[in-house]
Amino acid sequence: MGQISVTNLGKAYKVYPSRLARMKEWLGLGVAEQHEKHWVLNDISFQVAPGESVGIVGINGAGKSTLLKLITGTIQPTEGSVSLQGNVAALLELGMGFHPDFTGRQNAYMSGQLMGFSVSQIRELMPAIEEFAEIGEYIDQPVRVYSSGMQMRLAFSVATAKRPDILIVDEALSVGDAYFQHKSFDRIRQFREQGTTLLLVSHDKQAIQTVCDRALLLNAGHLEKQGSPEVIMDYYNALIADKANSRLEQTYRDDGRVETVSGTGEATVAEIELINEEGQAVEAINVGEKVTLRVVASVHQDIERLVLGYGIKDRLGQVMFGTNTHITAQVQENVRAGEKVTFECEFVANLGQGNYSVQTALVSSDTHLVDNYEWRDLALVFQVININRQHFAGSSWLPPRIGIHRT
Amino acid sequence: MVSVFRNLWAYRAFILGSVRREFQTKYLNSMLGIVWTVIQPLAMILVYTLIFSQIMRAKLPGIEGDFAYSIYLVSGILTWALFQEVSSRCQNMFLEQANLIKKVRFPRLSLPVIVTLTALLNFGIIFTLFSLFLLVSGNFPGIVYIALLPVLLVQLIFSVGLGVVLGVLNVFFRDVGQAYQVIIQFWFWLTPIVYPVSILPEHLRGFLAYNPLVGLMAAYQDIIGRGQWPDWSQLVPLLILGLVLCVLGLKLFRSRVGEMVDEL
Repeated sequence: MGQISVTNLGKAYKVYPSRLARMKEWLGLGVAEQHEKHWVLNDISFQVAPGESVGIVGINGAGKSTLLKLITGTIQPTEGSVSLQGNVAALLELGMGFHPDFTGRQNAYMSGQLMGFSVSQIRELMPAIEEFAEIGEYIDQPVRVYSSGMQMRLAFSVATAKRPDILIVDEALSVGDAYFQHKSFDRIRQFREQGTTLLLVSHDKQAIQTVCDRALLLNAGHLEKQGSPEVIMDYYNALIADKANSRLEQTYRDDGRVETVSGTGEATVAEIELINEEGQAVEAINVGEKVTLRVVASVHQDIERLVLGYGIKDRLGQVMFGTNTHITAQVQENVRAGEKVTFECEFVANLGQGNYSVQTALVSSDTHLVDNYEWRDLALVFQVININRQHFAGSSWLPPRIGIHRT
Repeated sequence: MVSVFRNLWAYRAFILGSVRREFQTKYLNSMLGIVWTVIQPLAMILVYTLIFSQIMRAKLPGIEGDFAYSIYLVSGILTWALFQEVSSRCQNMFLEQANLIKKVRFPRLSLPVIVTLTALLNFGIIFTLFSLFLLVSGNFPGIVYIALLPVLLVQLIFSVGLGVVLGVLNVFFRDVGQAYQVIIQFWFWLTPIVYPVSILPEHLRGFLAYNPLVGLMAAYQDIIGRGQWPDWSQLVPLLILGLVLCVLGLKLFRSRVGEMVDEL
């Protein structure tokens, strides 16, 4: 149960020069086909095992929503096939076709019926739906007075009222507020633990990395890459900065992690090291130790502005801290080819135990989307160990002074 | 074919729920609500009765009695309204429900079922009232009344078949819907509903044979107006045509459903 298998899937829309041309083709007049095929998805194949969670990422127009619609069966493939085992709940677009004049409750019944539930089943589920949606008295108001967030709450609550074998979610969650996003992700996680297969489309890096076991990257209708969420998200990030004469490479490191490097190459990181107070390069540091991240950038072409950005990521790829020299108002201007620029970033490593990596970006402004000279994930890896602090949990070192009063 | 029915059966809750919602929507923001179902046809009947039997003093041979013309007229108009509602709404249903079709997966053929059941519900209300009137006024046709059921069935087969064919075509060629609205106007007047066949000049009557709904309307008029069993042989062409349209509609739907969703 809960298996998805997609084989050589392709989708093309027929484009006719005119209505008359379509009529001719239908009636068999005119020898040649009158339409042109406009391909939006090409030769997509992948499998999702029962209980697996897969994220789909890609820029707008890459074909993500089309792929989900093909999988749920709302549109039919031009080529290839999709086979699903188990029942499916899908949240494709906001509202699931709610009728604006009917109350939330009536719409919930209709959505439930559309999912194939009987009235008595929905009646049983209704209290749980109301409780989860938390829209209070609005449940008996017409949906036209709902905010988009409220519609989403109701739609999500109905779609997930019963644990499905396969749950398909298309960005709908980004509509809700932070509170409901957390709540719905918790429910998704619970379902996952109970064995639901999950397919999630999102631009939210964190969502993909925390919920998914694997990610697929769609680009221009093709399945460009699949792999661990971290690898795919790094690649995706590099891809959205991908411009003319830019390179994008991923190399497998000895420890099995993948290093992504991209950019146009006007400036590159020549050296990067973490230095302790004694001035030695280290790979393991103590919790709360004062260290310096030393980055040497080689400049290969004259550039007007040079900004270094860096981020420290934990094992799962979540950024613990990130900043850049634009934020700190230390932009280097008019840098000449052949210059070497050394950045020394001194900080106290108030991090919990574990493995961390450093990503660097050599850019011209606050973001890597304008000029991306070089973006480098996993530029450096280091370990934080707890040598002389009390035992603590978590990824940050926030030592408290605890006052206790008994009365 | 079996799978079509199995799918529809699995979605019976949705179908019945939709019929209920359709019914509610119609009267949702009105004060008189269900009364409108009755007022509309009543107004039409009043107009026709006044114009034809009173003002124009039309000679309607073979129809005598106080309510005779009205009963003749109503038996045709109510059933024609049912035909018109089912066929026109089927013709438009895919476009109307485009939102739902694009977003949710469900058996699309539940749409014509919903349209038909909704129309039957409206028809049931008004026709029950009409039957009560017949009883009270002493014009109830008696046992032949049960002949209405098979006649209605033939009518529905024809209406749904026609509606589905037009519905699929209308998604691709919107002209179909526009044209049908014009055609059905002419169709109404080219069918003896408001007037009896006998007032037509001899040389025109031959053309009626090409109109498949003439036999149907005659059957209703025989049953209700004259209290006679209908001439079953007159219904055979319509039944055959209806079945052909149903098969054609199903085939057309099957082969074009994918493209249809892309087009909506």
